[in-house]
Amino acid sequence: MLELRNVSTLVSGRTHIDDVSLKLERGSLNVLLGPTLSGKTSLMRLMAGLDRPTSGQVLVDGKDVTGVPVQKRNVAMVYQQFINYPAMTVYENIASPLRVVGKSRTEVDKAVQEAAELLKLAPYLERTPLNLSGGQQQRTALARAIVKGAELVLLDEPLANLDYKLREELRAELPRIFAATGAVFVYATTEPSEALLLGGNTATLSEGRVTQFGRTVDVFRRPRDLVTARTFADPPLNTLAVRKAGDRFLIENGTGFPVPRHAQGAVDGPCTIAFQPHHLSLVQPAGEAIALNGTVSIVEIAGSESFVHLDFAGTRWVMLAHGIRQFKPGEVIEFWLEPRHVMVFDGAGQAVSTAAVAEDA
Amino acid sequence: MNKTWNNKAWFMVLPVLFLVAISAIIPLMTVVNYSVQDTFGNNEFFWAGAEWFEEMLTSDRFWAAMGRNLLFSGIVLLIEIPLGILIALNMPKSGWGVPVCLVLMALPLLIPWNVVGTIWQVFGRVDIGLLGYALREVGVDYNYVSDPFDAWVTVIVMDVWHWTSLVVLLCYAGLVSIPDAYYQAAKIDGASRWAVFRYIQLPKMNRVLLIAVLLRFMDSFMIYTEPFVVTGGGPGNSTTFLSIDLVKMAVGQFDIGPAAAMSIIYFLIILLLSWVFYTVMTNYDAASDGERRDG
Amino acid sequence: MARIDLDHIRHAYMAKPQSPSDYALKEVHHTFEDGGAYALLGPSGCGKTTLLNIISGLVRSSEGRILFDGNDVTPLSTQERNIAQVFQFPVIYDTMTVYDNLAFPLRNRGVSEPDVDRKVREILSMIDLDSWSDRKARGLTADQKQKISLGRGLVRSDVNAILFDEPLTVIDPHMKWVLRTQLKQLHQRFGHTMVYVTHDQTEALTFADQVVVMFEGEIVQIGTPAELFERPKHTFVGYFIGSPGMNVLPMELAGGSARVGSNEISLFAPPASVPSGKLELGIRPEFVRIGREGMPATITKVEDIGRHRIVRAQLEGYEVAAIVDEDADLPAEPRLLFDPAGINLYADNWRVETAQ
Repeated sequence: MLELRNVSTLVSGRTHIDDVSLKLERGSLNVLLGPTLSGKTSLMRLMAGLDRPTSGQVLVDGKDVTGVPVQKRNVAMVYQQFINYPAMTVYENIASPLRVVGKSRTEVDKAVQEAAELLKLAPYLERTPLNLSGGQQQRTALARAIVKGAELVLLDEPLANLDYKLREELRAELPRIFAATGAVFVYATTEPSEALLLGGNTATLSEGRVTQFGRTVDVFRRPRDLVTARTFADPPLNTLAVRKAGDRFLIENGTGFPVPRHAQGAVDGPCTIAFQPHHLSLVQPAGEAIALNGTVSIVEIAGSESFVHLDFAGTRWVMLAHGIRQFKPGEVIEFWLEPRHVMVFDGAGQAVSTAAVAEDA
Repeated sequence: MNKTWNNKAWFMVLPVLFLVAISAIIPLMTVVNYSVQDTFGNNEFFWAGAEWFEEMLTSDRFWAAMGRNLLFSGIVLLIEIPLGILIALNMPKSGWGVPVCLVLMALPLLIPWNVVGTIWQVFGRVDIGLLGYALREVGVDYNYVSDPFDAWVTVIVMDVWHWTSLVVLLCYAGLVSIPDAYYQAAKIDGASRWAVFRYIQLPKMNRVLLIAVLLRFMDSFMIYTEPFVVTGGGPGNSTTFLSIDLVKMAVGQFDIGPAAAMSIIYFLIILLLSWVFYTVMTNYDAASDGERRDG
Repeated sequence: MARIDLDHIRHAYMAKPQSPSDYALKEVHHTFEDGGAYALLGPSGCGKTTLLNIISGLVRSSEGRILFDGNDVTPLSTQERNIAQVFQFPVIYDTMTVYDNLAFPLRNRGVSEPDVDRKVREILSMIDLDSWSDRKARGLTADQKQKISLGRGLVRSDVNAILFDEPLTVIDPHMKWVLRTQLKQLHQRFGHTMVYVTHDQTEALTFADQVVVMFEGEIVQIGTPAELFERPKHTFVGYFIGSPGMNVLPMELAGGSARVGSNEISLFAPPASVPSGKLELGIRPEFVRIGREGMPATITKVEDIGRHRIVRAQLEGYEVAAIVDEDADLPAEPRLLFDPAGINLYADNWRVETAQ
């Protein structure tokens, strides 16, 4: 188990990591999700022991390892770039961490064959990395990380340099590979969809802070604050600043709509409502729904669905509509919002209540 | 950043520290010792205080040599840096020409200083030297032994021949690191050859150029062997640089006190200039580093 | 702005190509209409970037001609072709200000300063960088730099085409949405001919009117996003577009219906002629329904990806993926139904035309 206790780093007066506490279990997959410069790489460097925190502690299985250098920890890392030994065969690449610790030939062979099997590299063991596709090169790097038997495996955007489809394939295999090894896995990504596809746990990062940590689906469905909700949304989250007055949300333009049942406990005053693009609909849903009017700014068609970008009360929203929808820019259209999906955040951005759907899940 | 240090590494450094102490620090302290004392031989020493330093700093001979050093370094930099850039720009970026050019460029750098001096000393002789003889034959009145201007030209050409390669290699390393997309974008933007150099190549090279200037300045400021071998500091004192003067004073005239004072002043000048360069360079790095941090 | 004709273009990176496999680009013969938005979509190594570089003139094709508005530009240099290009990694002149970056292509062409100023200010407001005009370009974020790259193309009102080489690779997901829609708005407003190279289906489909799908140096299909989604011409298109890709199952023809294992699946329209070769049925996960009627199957895995769930099921030994809504319930004994409108037949990987 890896634990970070109130860890912070300051680099020439600037805070890179701000009071982070995390507990990562063995055999778990933990996603660090956040935009560029949110502190993902800095946090990974702390976990690995490449950097020492300015304050706070790093513990492995309850033992304080703060300040213990990376060479003395059992850590493996995979980067965005495909890093392999170019002059060695795939077999030797995978075997290299075992050779360093002086394992016997039969042991090395057994471990390499197993890892190659797991990562579908068996037919390529005699080739050198540069004669492989990008996906296979990254598989080699992954195999080397796994064969090492490290307690902690850090993956820093490992799929970012791969084609979309290769990413999809490897991403589908990763959870299975992780489960087979029993190490603590940490996976950094900028893409919310990647976190959801990987499952496991997710820590959302913003400006060096971990804003929430929990099961990936829970963080997505029940964000604790607006920052987390925004970080974990692709397409971008739809938001609207409103004022709660009794049982109605009032919009600046003078209109309003009833407060959904699950949010009636909120205090009167300014708040922000938010919901995902697929919770807007062009056809009236079966259940309770609020009808709204908005101006189309642009429509993007993605095969089976359309992203309709709308202006509503001075705010830009995205609707994810089924099928192919053609609207002219400037056209005013009617659409529906299901109140049960609406998340409400108070003036300070803290969640008042999250969508009812989350309660059932 | 707070790296986690491995303390064992310090033990590895100990032998080197020991060697540096023997080869640099102890001799330097001896020099400091000489510089504040006077001797008339017989291993007898008398306290002289700052006398030698005052003498040095007020002597015309010292300032003349210093002036020659600065002039020499200035001329050498003015020729070698632009010439180095120009050659680097025209070197092939791919194909069989690359290794050929690199080897050709590296050749002068592999030749020891005194050999370079000897080569040019012979090369430039008007009686048997290929260059000197040829020049005389085509009617150029060239004689580095008697004409101070010719002596300077010879020493400078020699240094340019010996060291421009270093500038070329550094610049070339900077140039090949520029991604192709930059050149393609420049073509699309309709940029002239000069604009490509001014806005793409020069900005990407300026870090290596700073290193090149620093190395070439320090090295040319300390020049000794080549002029010593070729001209021996003459004709007259026209190519007597600080280092040559120092040796003349210490070994030729056995004025150990003034020579030691001069060494220390010389050393301090180089230290000061290196510090200035270092500060400029690290400031530059800090300024351009802001953009490359990644989270 | 111009129409671009690719006239029997072939390209090989080696000097004397012998067999078709030596060509990185095999026979491309196609027209990009004036003012169209096109995407070249395919995996790495499919020849899409080569094709783009042939259009821009950075690569001279081994064979064939390229015409802008009917004029042969094959021998012309990049500069003479008057195109703009945005690269994968932002190319900016870091020592210049944002303003000077945008003015650069105009000044190089000797445009007078008042005209440069008018044009640059117009573009600055268009790409939302007004307030940054005096800043040095080096300190900007990746998306701002990419906007400058685009802006340098837009300042020249007479460019024949704007080409994009995977321009959103280094951009964070949130900014991708912003840049993509801005790009689309610029296209609708100015009507430049745009060609966009990418391996990301979402980018290709949302950007382009016509998507050119490439595979191993060849164009496998050109069509609107809807066509590529509903009627993939080749199983590769079905696999490459869509997430997850199309389910492809071995089948046999039995009169007016298809037989997959022991299941009879009725077809919306039977094939025009009896196809030969390896027959397969293709159906996208979006057209697979899970309910209490249809073919019995077992669910092996459910992936919750937020806006919907991906259900992986086994149908008589074949893996079938289905997409279901986030709040749809999955029955204990699930059965699969294939929407007949979403079924395509393939013979040796190529789509079989239907009778209608």
